Parts: sequence; C-alpha cells; structure tokens
Amino acid sequence: MTGTVRFLLDGEYHELRDVDPSLSVLNFLRYQLARTGTKEGCAEGDCGACTVVLGELVGDRLRYRAVNACILFVPTLDGKELITVESLKAKDGSLHPVQQALVDSHGSQCGFCTPGFVMSLYALYEEGETPDRARLNDALAGNLCRCTGYGPIVEAGLRMTEARVPVDADALQERVDALKSLKRHETLKLSHKDRLTGNEKVYFAPVNLEGLADISLAYPDATYLAGGTDVGLWVTKQHRELAQIIYVGDVEDMKHIDITDRSVEIGAGVSYTDAVEVLARHYPDMGELIRRIGSVQIRNSGTIGGNIANGSPIGDSMPALIAAGATVTLRMGALERTMPLEDYFIDYGKQDRQPGEFVARVSVPLPNENLHYRAYKISKRFDQDISAVCACFAFEVNKGKIEEARIAYGGMAATPKRAAAAERALVGEAFDADRIEQAVAALAEDFSPISDMRASADYRMAVAQNLLRKAFIEMSGEADIRLVGEREAAHA
Amino acid sequence: MPDNRQSDSPVLSDIKGAVHKELRHDSAHKHVSGEAVYIDDMPEAKDLLHIYVAMSEKAHARVTAMDLAPVRRSKDVALVISAEDIPGHNDVSPFAGDDPLFADGLVEYIGQPIFAVAAKSIEAARAAAKKAVVDYEELPALITLEDALAADSAIEPMQTMAQGDAEVALESAAHRLQGSFKIGGQDHFYLEGQIALATPEEDGDVHVFSSTQHPSEVQHLVAHVLGVPTNAVTVEVRRMGGGFGGKETHPAMFAAMAALVAVKTGRPAKLRLDRDDDMVMTGKRHDFRYSYDIGFDADGRITGAAIELASRCGRSTDLSPAINDRAMFHTDNCYFLGDVEITSHRLKTHTVSNTAFRGFGGPQGMLGIEHVIEQIAHHLGKDPLEVRRANLYGADGRNTTPFGMTVEDNIAPELIEALATDADYAARRALIRAHNANSPYLKKGIALTPVKFGISFTTTHLNQAGALVHVYADGSVHLNHGGTEMGQGLFVKVAQVVAEEFQIDVDRIKITATTTAKVPNTSATAASSGSDLNGMAALDAARRIKERLVAFAAEKYDCPKDRVTFRNNHVYVENREIPFAELTKQAYLGRVSLSSTGFYKTPKIHYDRSKHKGRPFLYFCYGAAVSEVTIDTLTGEYKVDRVDILHDTGRSLNPAIDKGQIEGGFIQGMGWLTTEELVFDNQGRLRTHAPSTYKIPACSDRPAEMNIALYAKGRNAEATIHRSKAVGEPPFMLANSVFLALADAVSAAADYKTRVMMNAPATPEEVLKSIVRARRDAAAS
Repeated sequence: MTGTVRFLLDGEYHELRDVDPSLSVLNFLRYQLARTGTKEGCAEGDCGACTVVLGELVGDRLRYRAVNACILFVPTLDGKELITVESLKAKDGSLHPVQQALVDSHGSQCGFCTPGFVMSLYALYEEGETPDRARLNDALAGNLCRCTGYGPIVEAGLRMTEARVPVDADALQERVDALKSLKRHETLKLSHKDRLTGNEKVYFAPVNLEGLADISLAYPDATYLAGGTDVGLWVTKQHRELAQIIYVGDVEDMKHIDITDRSVEIGAGVSYTDAVEVLARHYPDMGELIRRIGSVQIRNSGTIGGNIANGSPIGDSMPALIAAGATVTLRMGALERTMPLEDYFIDYGKQDRQPGEFVARVSVPLPNENLHYRAYKISKRFDQDISAVCACFAFEVNKGKIEEARIAYGGMAATPKRAAAAERALVGEAFDADRIEQAVAALAEDFSPISDMRASADYRMAVAQNLLRKAFIEMSGEADIRLVGEREAAHA
Repeated sequence: MPDNRQSDSPVLSDIKGAVHKELRHDSAHKHVSGEAVYIDDMPEAKDLLHIYVAMSEKAHARVTAMDLAPVRRSKDVALVISAEDIPGHNDVSPFAGDDPLFADGLVEYIGQPIFAVAAKSIEAARAAAKKAVVDYEELPALITLEDALAADSAIEPMQTMAQGDAEVALESAAHRLQGSFKIGGQDHFYLEGQIALATPEEDGDVHVFSSTQHPSEVQHLVAHVLGVPTNAVTVEVRRMGGGFGGKETHPAMFAAMAALVAVKTGRPAKLRLDRDDDMVMTGKRHDFRYSYDIGFDADGRITGAAIELASRCGRSTDLSPAINDRAMFHTDNCYFLGDVEITSHRLKTHTVSNTAFRGFGGPQGMLGIEHVIEQIAHHLGKDPLEVRRANLYGADGRNTTPFGMTVEDNIAPELIEALATDADYAARRALIRAHNANSPYLKKGIALTPVKFGISFTTTHLNQAGALVHVYADGSVHLNHGGTEMGQGLFVKVAQVVAEEFQIDVDRIKITATTTAKVPNTSATAASSGSDLNGMAALDAARRIKERLVAFAAEKYDCPKDRVTFRNNHVYVENREIPFAELTKQAYLGRVSLSSTGFYKTPKIHYDRSKHKGRPFLYFCYGAAVSEVTIDTLTGEYKVDRVDILHDTGRSLNPAIDKGQIEGGFIQGMGWLTTEELVFDNQGRLRTHAPSTYKIPACSDRPAEMNIALYAKGRNAEATIHRSKAVGEPPFMLANSVFLALADAVSAAADYKTRVMMNAPATPEEVLKSIVRARRDAAAS
C-alpha cells in the first residue's frame, strides 16, 4: 500500500507520499509548507481561524466550500483543490476584493481571526453570492472574532462583491480538467509508520459501496471517517492514535439524495449542507434546526450519516429525524438491515452496530397534510453551540384528535430519546391545552436529565416541558413566538 | 519646553495620517493576506525544541512524590524541568512573590504547572509528560467564593473606602433596600493563545519573543527566574493576536519556561499552549458577589449606601489588589452616593489566579450600582432614567467621589440627554410597555446606562512611558515606544502623532516591534493608557529632534527660530520651502543628532492606598448606551434588537480606530453578561475550557440594529495627547445596558409587579430562573 494523496494548491498539482493519515491540513500547511496565514485558534472546528476553502467537482462544476483545516485530515484532500489565504492575492500583488473590503471596512483589529473570515467570505464570493446581513450572519457563524464585534466584517461582506473580478474561464477550465484527471476509480490505500510510536497506520478511501463493504469486513475495527467534525477532535483534543481509518467521503453512491413519493433517502455521506435544502422543503423547522448545527464549515464537512453513527447523546439532528419517523439502514457485506432511528441508540456510547457494519443511509418519511411538526434547540448561544436541550414534536391531528404523536428529545438522557409517557398521554386524545398539560407532566416520567456545563437538570426539565407548551401554542396558531429563524416558514 | 502646541488645533495640512483623521490599522493589509507574523508563524529553526507543560490534577494537595525519570527516558525528549531546576527564583509574580513557576511540593489549582518537557515535537513532549508518576496527598480545597468567605481565606485584608457616615445616613433614609447578586467571571479568549519563543545567545543571554502586553515585566521575571541581571534578557513583541488583559502578567510564566529550556539546552525553544491548556492554566476576570444596603428619598436620590464586594482572586495575589481597588473606584459610576461605605473582600481560592481583563474590576463595581438604581426605580414606580438623572454628579457638594476625588469634567448629564433624545428613549419605553401588555410569551425590555471610567493606572508610578525616535538622513523615520500592539490600533495612533509633529506622511514612519532593548522599564499596555502615555512619549522624542532641526535651520539660513515651520512634508524657513528629507540630509551633514528618546509621566495624580483617598485618575471617560431586547418567557432565550451608543473619546486621535474599540468592547461586554459562563465543578476543574463549551458572542449575536456615535463635543479638559481620551476599556461597560434591559424584560414577564436581582451572566437558564422567581414573588406580594 503505497498510495499517494493528490490535490491542487494554488492551481499547482501536489502529490504526497507516506503521509500520516491523521495529519491535519492545518498542521500540514503551517509546519510542512510554512503557509502560516491559516491559524490555529481552537483545534476543534469552533473558532474558524483555520478556515480554508475546498474546490470540489460536482459533475462538471467546481464547487467551493469553506471548511475547518484543523480537523480535516490531509488524505481527504485527495482529488480536491485546496485554497488558502495565501492563494488570494492577484499576480500583481493586489488584494482580492474580499481582502480589500475587509481593509476598507476596518474589519481587522488583532488580525489573528482575519484569514479565517477572509476564506469564509471568499467561499461566498466564489459561489457567486451577493449576501445580505442574514446570510452573512449564517456564513460567518463559524468564525469567532474577539476584537471587532463583527459589524465591520459584515460591512465588508456586504461590499465585497461591488468590485467583482471577472472569472478567468480558461484558468477555471484548466482546474476543472486537472481535478477530473485526479478522479479515482479504485480505493485509495495509504500506510504510514508513526515516527514517534513506531506504529503502522492505514487509511482507505473506497469509491463505491461495494468497496466500502469489502474494506469494512477486512478491517472491522477501523474508525469510520466522514466529515471528521467529531473524529478530528479525537486526534486534536484527545490525542488518540487512529490505527485504521476508513474514509467514506469518496463513496459516490452514499452521496445521493433520492426523493420518492413517500420519503427522502439520504446517503450516509451526504453533508448537512447538501441535506438541509431538501429537508427544509418538507420540514421547515428541521431545516432551521440543521442551520443551527455547528457552522457553515462544520455543515460543509459533517454528514447526517456520521451524526447518526457516532451516537452522540445530543446529536442535534437526531431528535428532529426521530420525530419525523426516520429509519436508518446499516450494511455489512452485502446484507442490509433497517430499523427505526431511535432503536439504533442503545445507551450512552453504545449503538446497534456490529464490527464491519456501517450506516448506509437514512430514510425520512414525507409529512402528510395532517402533520404538525416543530423542532427547537436550546443553547447558550443561538449559532454554533451544542444544545442543552433539543426538542422535536410531530403530531398528526385529524378533526381535533391526535392520531399519532412522536416526541423526541436530545440532551435529556444518555441518548436521543422518544418521550413515551408524554406520547401516550396524547395519542387518541383531543388536541387541546389540557391534554398538552398532561403530556407536560408526563415528561417527568420520561426523563431524569443531568446537570453539566451546558445547563442544570432543573432547567433542562423546565425548558423541555415549556417547549412542548410552545409547540402547542405555535401549532394552534395562538401566537408568533420565535426569536430566531424564518418564522413564516416554520409552519407545517 | 513650552507646551502651547499641545492643542486640539493641529496645523492645517493635508499630510497623510494626521491626527483626528480616520486611518486604517497599519497592519490591515497584512492581516487579510495572512502576512502579518505572529510568533508561531516565525520560521522554525532546525533544532527547535517544543515545550509541553504538565499540570496539577488536584485543586489543593501536597505533591508527595514526582517521578520524572520515565519522562526523561521518553523518545525525542531533550530536557525536563521542574522547580528544582530553576537557577534563580521560582517566582513569576508581578510583585507579591507568590506565583511559583513550577509548584514546589504544594499545588493550589487544577492546571498549575508542575513540570515541563522539551522535545523535538510537541507530540513527543506531550506523550512523554503523560509518563510522569505524581502522587498527591489531597488537602481541603476552597473552590467557590462562598467557600473562601466562610473560611476567611483572603489574598490581602479587607479594604474599606468611605465618605461620611453611611450607617447614620441609612438609618435616617426615607426608603431603604437591601439585596445581593452574583457576577460571573470571563475568559479572555484572545484568538492567539499564550506563546513564547526563546533563543539562546552568547554569555548565557537569551532573546525571547513573547505574546505579551508587558515586555518589561516578562524581561524582569525571566531574568529573576534565570538568576541573571535584567540586561541579559531581551523581550520582543511585534503584535499579539488579542490580549484584553490576559497577556499582562501571565506571559511571564511561559516566557520563563522557554528561556530556561533555551539557556539550559543551548537550543531555541517554543512554548505554545493549545486552547484547552490555555483556558485551564491562565487566570480570568474575577467573579464577584455584590451586596448592597441603599437609602434614598422619594425622588430616588441616594442618601446613603453600604456596598460590600467580594471577589474570587484564585490561588495568588497577581494584580488582584489593584483590580479590586478599581471595582471600589467604580461602585459610584456617574452617581453621587452621599454617605457611603464600600468594603471589599479579596478571596483566596484553590482555582486559577484571576487577573487583569479589560475594565480591571471596574465593570463588576459599576454593574452593581446600575442594577440597584433600576431596583430603586421599580420600588418607586419611576422610569430608571429619572432616578439616574436625580443621582448624577453635579455642583459643589455633589461632586466628590467616595475616594475623595473631585469630578471636574462631568459631561455625563449632557451626554445622557443627548443619547436619550437621539435614541428616542422615552417613546420607545412607552411602546415597549404597550407591546408587552399584548404579548404573552415574548417580552421586551429597555435600559439606558451611562459609564464613567477613570483613566490612569491607580498604582501611580506605572503612569510613565518612553519612546525612541530616529530620523534617518533620507527623512524616513523609525518609531519605537514601550506600548504593545494587540489589535487596538495603538501603533497607528502613535505614528499619527509623530507624523503630525514632523508634518510628514505617516507612510514615512516605520512602525517597529516593541523591544526591551530600545525602550526600558516600561509599563504594561493596559488601563486604556496606551496612546495617552506612549503618544506623549513619542511626541516628546519627536519634539526634541524637531527642536534640533529648527535650531540647525535657523543657524544655517540665519533667521530666528520662530520663522522655521513644518508643514506638508516640508520645512519652511522664512520664504524658503525645503523638503523635509532635504533638511534632514543637511542636518546630518551638519552633524546634528537625529535620534532621541522621549519620556512622559502623567501629572496631577496621587493616591494614598492606606486611606483609599486621593486623585488616582487624571480624568474620566464617559459614554452611554440604550439597549432593547426581547426575551422568550418559555425558554429564557433572548435577542438584542437594538443598541444606541454615544461615547466620548475626547478629540479622537483616529475616529475609525476608536469606533472599532467601542463596538468591539461593547460586544465583549455583552458576552460577559450574557452567554459567557465559566463553570467549575466542585473539584475545581474548569468544565468550559474551549469554544465548544465557552460561548463568546458570534456574528449573529450582534444586535440587529446598532448605532454608534462619537460625542461630537468631546474634548479632554486635561492636556492629554491632542486632547483625546483613552478608549480601550470604557466601552466594555456600555454593555451593562443589555443586562439591565434583560432584567427589565424579566420584570415585564411578571407584569412589572416585581423586579428581581438577576445574576450575571444572564444565560437563557438564568433568565428563565429569574422569570420564575419574579412571578413567584409577584404572586406572593
């Protein structure tokens, strides 16, 4: 196994041999290439100082997305174009319009976070957007600045497209062609001997489901890597050595979204960014919830499949999917099995997945006309925070009667969990405030939350109960009670 | 030297970068291109060693055994150092002598350095450190402020500041309220973590790049640890990736470790903390408990006050005495408190030693009285702004602070009225009340709060600064001073001062890294004093050179000195127009020294700390803000809808830079009072040690509407640099308005029947708890 990692940087072809599979792109840039414009602020994909842009072929189009280099492993660059803050200046040394706008708007003070902001804005610019304030708030949620208060940076985002540089079509085509030539048709295999420990590390990036299934059987204890927004932290924060990695991000047939007349089928390799649009169309509140998961950088990398597979007790999209009645399909070898999503989570850190088995896709049923669906996330900060409590409600109401109730919470137990007692209190009953109060009371039977740095047990329970009330108030059309998000869209 | 040019009417000219002009940050083009060099960006030498710091796992314990042999044997390790390897003194404290570099037998917080490993890579150093075998004998640990109060554990005796007889005044007051609330701490969360890079030099000397606001102190402490004279150590810093007070005392620790490794191994050594280690190992803003007993009349006018402050200082003294003094100095904010007694407990706990942070205790002191004023207003059924007006400092008899300083430049009344009008405060308050009556779940709140913040280091001797200016024969200028650049725009402001003085374009002035080798014995860039002190020192240096140029020109062209003037990149000698660069060349050939130091010390100030009386401040900065918020009474979540700020920066040296400080300071203050919550568990372990758990404001937390204006009439009554005012810290406290608007909305959730003393930070949880309390109290009343 002596594969090489091939990618473009500044339009130039790079080929890496004997690369440590869990070397971060950030450390590679800073300490191997001496491209120190990209900064480390947190090494956990939260502050965005390390933001770089990846160019990736989608069909014939080159698509640009901002990602966190600190938790991105170098081999995952294979077949892509990497763009860093050093790539932006024109040949004559003049600043890129994004950079110039930041200078003109007084958008930097200490300057340490600035390259990250530049790259987040650059991704918007390259995608042809002319963002408004709301879009900028969202696009910059994953970039922390401690000096400016963000106002001048938003101003820069508003004016950066005033002086758009025309696209150099020839240069673009050259890069597209170059990336096409890098496309793999067989599994990328890497091996590397760690200098410090002497241990052998292997990395596989299969390109189709069959390849993934085969590798999984051969290496049943390997760590699956998708967006790396969790696994990356095992390396940067826990300093774990990952001996075997199977990267699922190149598995083409896990990157599809199929919409049937009954459901949305989402491959396990689909990023949040790609999934959110479709899900928001059918479940506006699920869209809003996913918009508040991590940041643009995290959602560009992170996948719903990974979010399921890692079994986080919070897993912000899990309650939303469980309430919607989603099922998950796992595959081992040629065999598939499908289960209700909530059944996948057995206990804290324990999921219903065998060695060699992997999450292949998730299926989300389309809502019927009687379904009222609401999703809420409670956190200290609206954007880019992990929820203290996540609460999602799906009630099928026919002629004033609740025919089906699916209530799922995150942050209330060791796993994302349905509120069985509260559901029982509602099913077959009238959809009114009295009944809701009975379900509210029943939540105390369903959950015994804990206190931690995000919230106390008391607050978790109180807010969990109030969110059920809030859902009812909103579903019954009594009042407009949203502080964030697209209120008008939040009606099922 | 006559000082008549020290005015707010600079020469009329069109040089680039004159004072009072908007000018971008000098490094802006390098920030956006990634070319601005921070210490970790410097090329790494081939033999560079990386240092990992091993930390105490216990909050309070005796270290009964520490076996480092396995660490030393570990792969790629070059050196392991602990307390016993220190050639000089095992102390990196700013003055008290109680901050060991490495714990020596006793650990006093989780995160205290116990030893350090230097290896070929940080991974190797970290892996090696894990092999240490450390045995602890645990001792009882004081974690919370309450623990320390109960145990009477303090870093210095309780301090009292008083005026008149508070007890008598309180007893005779028409109305009297008592209560208390808690104020949380805050992590600096500078984006660039603590870092030092040390290079060994000849004769055992060492050069240290340190991300520090206080190069001189780092220099002194490195020398102290190494046991060498100060002149054996050079400390340099070009820029920091943020400081906010967190790089005032703490960098010495990491610089000293790096220097020790460099000197002992003869190899360069770098110590860069990762985010988690940085947050666990370094001090933060002090958390406080604020208690009050306040007497007032029917108009809400305060007649007597007893205020008790208690703060968690952590394991050592650090700067806590001065920080807590400043909390006392600002308990009055803009108000005459009548007969008042302020007591202050400085508590020692087994947690990280808390330290300087923008506002330096002032925010905690100031927030209390604003909270209390709203409580008085609620008690009397008045608009809080009315109560504020009734209590503002005024004429004789109402213009003395609790520490005996006369408020001479009191522009607060005028500024507050201007803001109330501009922001349409009264009408919006009425609208909000009407809205709330018809909105059962979402409630709005509004508050207008002023700020008065004293400028000068309250430790008088620190109010001095030095500068070094060279003019080269070609007319280009080299500028250096003791101030450090952490993003606040100090360097460009001082360059503007020098450009103005020489009347040359600012582009001709080279801004250079701060180094102890050029300007010695400097104070920290802190207390908002950077441009006041260093601007004046640089002005002094430039003037001295200019005087020599004037004398030279007058002699050469045989005219009186007063016929030599500088304007528009030229020197005018009677009717002759000589380019600046031409005159400097002539002066060089004429053997004139074109280099000078400059020096400044702040006049008028004095303070007797034993009595807590004097004039600790040269002047006060003022500002005011109106904030409007909406809360969700079901969840406690909230949004800041609109903020209006009017702030006084005197005659601003650079309005663009000052506005940036105001906006950034406000948002940082808002974070302190809203989403930024430090959580220690009962073992003393910090549970919020990275941005995943510690939430500073993000882009969307910025108020939906934000209007910031500089006070147009602003002009410093004191002869400061071009009549400007300091700007670093004061705007931070404008965010008090957000907290009090949230408290107003909480009161609205109980139909204004009651008002509770909500604790800070007002996280959604705290807001919901306060709503529950307010409704319970309302139901009981």
